[in-house]
Amino acid sequence: MSGVRVARAITAVAVASLVIGGCAANNNSSSSGGTASAADLPVVSEVPVPADAVLPAGDGKATCAGATIAYAGAETGANAQLGLNIVNGVQLAVNQHNQANPGCQVTLKKFDTEGDPTKATGIVTQVTNEADILGVIGLPFSGESKATGGIFQQTGLAHITPSATNPGLTQNGWTTFFRALGNDAVQGPAAAQFITGKLKASKVCVVQDDSDYGIGLANAINGVLGDKASGCQDKVTTGQRDFSATVTKINNAKPDAIFYSGYYAEGAPLDQQLANSGFKGTFVGPDGVKDDKFIQQAGSASGNAVFTCPCVPGELVPDFAKAYQALAGSAPGTYSLEGYDSATIMLRAIDSGIKDRASMLNYIKNYNADGLSKRFVWDPTGELKTSTVYGYKVQNGKIVYIGTIS
Amino acid sequence: MTTSQAARPRRAGRLGEWWNNLPRPQQWAALVPIVVLIYFLPVLNPPLLTTEPYTNFPIAMVHAAELAMVAIGLNVVVGQAGLLDLGYVGFFAVGAYVAALLTSKDSMLHKLPYLATLPLAMVVTMLAGVLLGLPTLRLRGDYLAIVTLGFGEIVRLLATIVPDLKGQVGFQAVGHPPGTKADGSPIFAANNGTPWYWLVVTLIIILLLFVGNLERSRVGRAWVAIREDEDAAELMGVPTFKFKLWAFAIGAAIGGLSGALVAGQTGFMNNQNFSVAFSVLYLAAVILGGSGNKVGVMVGAFIVSYIPDRFTNLSDRKYLIFGLFLVVLMIFRPQGLLGARQRLLSRGRQAYQRLIGRGEQISSESSVAPSGEEGRPA
Amino acid sequence: MHQLAFLADSSWITFDVDSFRQQFWDNTFNGLTFGAIYALIAIGYTLVYGVLQLINFAHSEVFITGAYALVFTLTGLGFSGSPPGLGAGALIADLIVAMLAAMLASGVIAVVLERVAYRPLRNRGAPRLAFLITAIGMSFTIQYLFFIWRGASAEPAVIMFVPTPVFEVFGATITDQQLVIVVAAIVLMVLTDMFVNRTRFGRGVRAVAQDPDTATLMGVNKERVILLTFLLGGILAGAAALFYVMKVPSGVVFNGGFVLGIKAFAAAVLGGIGNIRGAVLGGLLIGVVGNYGQTLLGNAQWSDVIAFVVLVVVLMFRPTGILGESLGKARA
Repeated sequence: MSGVRVARAITAVAVASLVIGGCAANNNSSSSGGTASAADLPVVSEVPVPADAVLPAGDGKATCAGATIAYAGAETGANAQLGLNIVNGVQLAVNQHNQANPGCQVTLKKFDTEGDPTKATGIVTQVTNEADILGVIGLPFSGESKATGGIFQQTGLAHITPSATNPGLTQNGWTTFFRALGNDAVQGPAAAQFITGKLKASKVCVVQDDSDYGIGLANAINGVLGDKASGCQDKVTTGQRDFSATVTKINNAKPDAIFYSGYYAEGAPLDQQLANSGFKGTFVGPDGVKDDKFIQQAGSASGNAVFTCPCVPGELVPDFAKAYQALAGSAPGTYSLEGYDSATIMLRAIDSGIKDRASMLNYIKNYNADGLSKRFVWDPTGELKTSTVYGYKVQNGKIVYIGTIS
Repeated sequence: MTTSQAARPRRAGRLGEWWNNLPRPQQWAALVPIVVLIYFLPVLNPPLLTTEPYTNFPIAMVHAAELAMVAIGLNVVVGQAGLLDLGYVGFFAVGAYVAALLTSKDSMLHKLPYLATLPLAMVVTMLAGVLLGLPTLRLRGDYLAIVTLGFGEIVRLLATIVPDLKGQVGFQAVGHPPGTKADGSPIFAANNGTPWYWLVVTLIIILLLFVGNLERSRVGRAWVAIREDEDAAELMGVPTFKFKLWAFAIGAAIGGLSGALVAGQTGFMNNQNFSVAFSVLYLAAVILGGSGNKVGVMVGAFIVSYIPDRFTNLSDRKYLIFGLFLVVLMIFRPQGLLGARQRLLSRGRQAYQRLIGRGEQISSESSVAPSGEEGRPA
Repeated sequence: MHQLAFLADSSWITFDVDSFRQQFWDNTFNGLTFGAIYALIAIGYTLVYGVLQLINFAHSEVFITGAYALVFTLTGLGFSGSPPGLGAGALIADLIVAMLAAMLASGVIAVVLERVAYRPLRNRGAPRLAFLITAIGMSFTIQYLFFIWRGASAEPAVIMFVPTPVFEVFGATITDQQLVIVVAAIVLMVLTDMFVNRTRFGRGVRAVAQDPDTATLMGVNKERVILLTFLLGGILAGAAALFYVMKVPSGVVFNGGFVLGIKAFAAAVLGGIGNIRGAVLGGLLIGVVGNYGQTLLGNAQWSDVIAFVVLVVVLMFRPTGILGESLGKARA
């Protein structure tokens, strides 16, 4: 195998130069030009968990004749991970409730949409036809939510999405739709202010993927960044793995920070290839990127990453994190806590004696209490009245909390 | 050897022969109860067949019927004319976008009644088929396959890139046929599969009559000739390019129609359902059922659509099972569940009657050789 | 004409000529690097097609199997998300071990594929489309075996070394990583070309590609040649896995082979399917054109559109690909 011999010779050259050059990617102190990098942001070790947060267990004295709630969303397919984060959170809430309340056992039915709008219509129709289902957690993605919102509306079945962030979803006149987190229109401007404010970036590159989420968020952030990002925009595609053209463009523009508007599956290799190319700026990603998987897949390059997310860090809510780990065998992921909180609201409704869909809908509409992640009060369209965006960064291979950013 | 061969005409073959020997009116009479049964399937919701409690059964049946229509269209291209098309989803997408653009509230175009978009979708996709076919149909076999695959991808990517096609954001409230129930809600709602199913099945029957007549016409014979040996067909004076273009255009139109129907039934359309994987799935339906056999491809489509809807509880294992099923089936029945049965003569019924004193024969191995003991080599 | 206004609106297509000019050489060299990976995979498609006239749809899964084996081996050797602090000798030894493991895994899965799925069909004289469906079925099967085993998300990154610039050409930086990938891939391709064109086995491959029946009559063991072809394609896919993971350390996911496979297949057709040199040329072209497209039009989706448009245009003028198709006729 002479090919190997050549490869060996070349790798030898490569490694030699590597040793001489040192591990440039690991030295993250590039804050000379007045901009702040990920390393400069102070870590906040406590999350403002509301003291009187409502938990699924309740007082343990609830009685009911048995009731059913459902999860509808992806459990398999390419988008499975996000769905599994949620479904585990929901399952945990139901388990805790049932353990604490022997007199009221709630069943959780799970329906797999694969995140596919066409499949989702058949699934959701089935869900709405099953009379014993009082409320639904889902659907996780904006596309399937758009396809099925009308079906929920027609049958008066309340559903809380723990993760669909398209702003248009609440503008359909649906009264059965509730969103358990801030939408893209909230996160985009907050992220922009964070980048120009706390990170003191004067030049930003915005890279978006081809998803509804990525495009919507990129539009929102570009609207606020304006000139600071006008010279450096790029679009990548779902499933892309080689980002050399994007990396070249970014390195030519030499921005202080880049904002990747998309999911971690593409964000991680992009950040890794950027860092490998010698990029020294900060990599900012939204909730779709904030995941332990991002760190695993970007490797040591992830040290330059900062995240914005309308989600409270579930892993910093210790009891929740411990219980989740025991159930799912992994740390809570993005939206696990939203799923848990959404389920809790419905469980408490059942505990309060609700037996039909109309009163469930009414209960959620008038709900006003803290969950582990935030305070849940909805406006008439189903949008949260207040939503906070939180900041995170990667430190020593872990996502750590750096405080609220809006 | 003679005894074993005498017993060889298998039951399926005999059934097919019996069927083909029946006079036309009797065939029709036998079909009526079957068609009635098919129409009432979603209402009957038979216990073993049902996809509930995972997927609403009428909607699962609409999905199956929609895929059956796709399979009929693709069968014209792949099964009849023998053109390997890996980008059929592109035509489906064009049809879906015609319906969405002209009826959705999210579209800036003038609104049309939904039913008017169905023929329009067929015309537009037919044009797309001709546009794609003109430069590419001179290519043979797998070159055509990759070019069509490229076409499918280009359609999907344009749906993402062109802002007015709204990418993943998609079109909400795609139109539906008129009519409201007593309580004012529309009959053709996204959560009411039965009327949609009836609409799709009715259209399928019309398409079957149309495609069946084409098959038995000069066009159909030209397709068979092209499929079996394009060079020989050309030499015999068949204008192969013209007929290939016809196959492409007709196949495309049917694909476009099914796309428009799916868009209407789902009520929402974005760019997510047009990846290569769907073209592959369509092709699997056609070949699984038996490429070239109209009934076969519908059975194939039913299976391909039904299994994932029926076994959602198998979650991550369903695609594994689907894959293994394809492999095993191809090993044991490489011609598909119902292999192609080719009527080679346009007036086969009368011709066979005169020639061998029996009705129409199906071509399995030897098409014209009279079957039965006397014709077999000893 | 409000109806057609959306087609006339040109805002969705913009040409960034400055960036294109500025990044031309960077894009060229980066494109060649990734194109070399496409090329190695494309050879697998082209070899099988040349011999069996079969689009081996499951070849992308042959590749991803090798990539999984590579990642597992490297992880076992202590590689992780941070660059290993290894000396040159140890690093090279580890990479070679991992590459051999990937080649073995890909080679074995390719051979199993042929034995379990395709050979029974050949023995029964199945129609060509049946092979295609079997290939699709195997592709699904292998993908979802990995899905069940490894889950929906990609394997954690294994970083082999951080690329460092070595020299500059036309203002574009060339890194050691690019050199390793391109040079090693070229050596492998030359070896494959020599193997097929110069050795006895290779003669058998060409003979079967040209006329299976005559080849059998002339004493060529057709079944063995077919098996060897699959093995060779698998081994090259295993090598491609090494370079792919070197470039994209976190790119190993159950469906990660699919898109790559489609492009590699397009590359094989572009160059002239059944033709090894054509596959190489096609792979490099697809890699480079993709990069140009993304920079010129500012959108990675455009680069895919352009890749396919180039394919269509080339096939219109050269219906059997740039270098023509026959493996049997490709003599050195």
